[in-house]
Amino acid sequence: MTNTIITLLTLTALTSAALAAPQSFDFKDPKGVNNAVFRLDAPLEAINGSASGISGTVTFDPANPADTKGKIVVTAASLHVPNPMMKEHLHGEQWLNVAKHDEITFEAKSLNNVKTTGDTTTANVTGTMTVKGVAKEITAPVKLTYLKDKLAARTNGQMQGDLLVIRANFAIKRSDFGINPKAPEDKVADTIELTLSIAGASPR
Amino acid sequence: MTKTLRILALLLALAAAGTWLATGGNRGWTKTSVPVKTIDEITGIEAVRYERRFLPGLEFLGAALLGASLLGGASFLFNKQTNN
Repeated sequence: MTNTIITLLTLTALTSAALAAPQSFDFKDPKGVNNAVFRLDAPLEAINGSASGISGTVTFDPANPADTKGKIVVTAASLHVPNPMMKEHLHGEQWLNVAKHDEITFEAKSLNNVKTTGDTTTANVTGTMTVKGVAKEITAPVKLTYLKDKLAARTNGQMQGDLLVIRANFAIKRSDFGINPKAPEDKVADTIELTLSIAGASPR
Repeated sequence: MTKTLRILALLLALAAAGTWLATGGNRGWTKTSVPVKTIDEITGIEAVRYERRFLPGLEFLGAALLGASLLGGASFLFNKQTNN
């Protein structure tokens, strides 16, 4: 009887530990929904585009969202603007030089001002953003939505697990990352507004 | 020849203006793809997908009107040559 109780207690403790453990979410999205939208609003011209080549891993603990860490990677060549010549320039040596710097990354180091309501956590994430080989520490507001057991609904029941949706709106300076700093600011704004909307999966 | 050039100039200008207006009168640069936004039901993420579509911009219209003007201008040269 004693052995049975000990075994049950051990199993309960292990199950609780497993449930409370941080989960790893993979942001490579086979549905192609994940995207990063960029906007440069100069007095003479507005440039809008988006990137879809998103991958990366984020470790998230629903019981302790403040401990979230991870890295999001955007394939630089996936940046798209509707004008083909503009896209060629954007990918070119003077601008993003995607042939040499094929990835844009953000590595989250810490979360501050963390507030959780239900499944949604808002915080300010601080991390290192690397664009065109230049790394800068930035802080951005972020919203994390933990969707427990929703992976099945997204995969037509083929996989069981949870989803983590990350949304962030922030701005960076083109000149800070050496993206054609000589380009006239009346035509190409120095401020790049970024909107990140991504979902990661943690299968079981 | 003069008449042919003028008719061509007019046709070119009308075709360019017609195409530009028919595709929505895009006042930006010419686009070869347009964003189509959809909402992912599970995550609520607004996905951006690009559809291949030709949307002539102002530079397309400008280039066509310039070409039409050149054709029209050339017709006057032929006109003078014919008079001499």
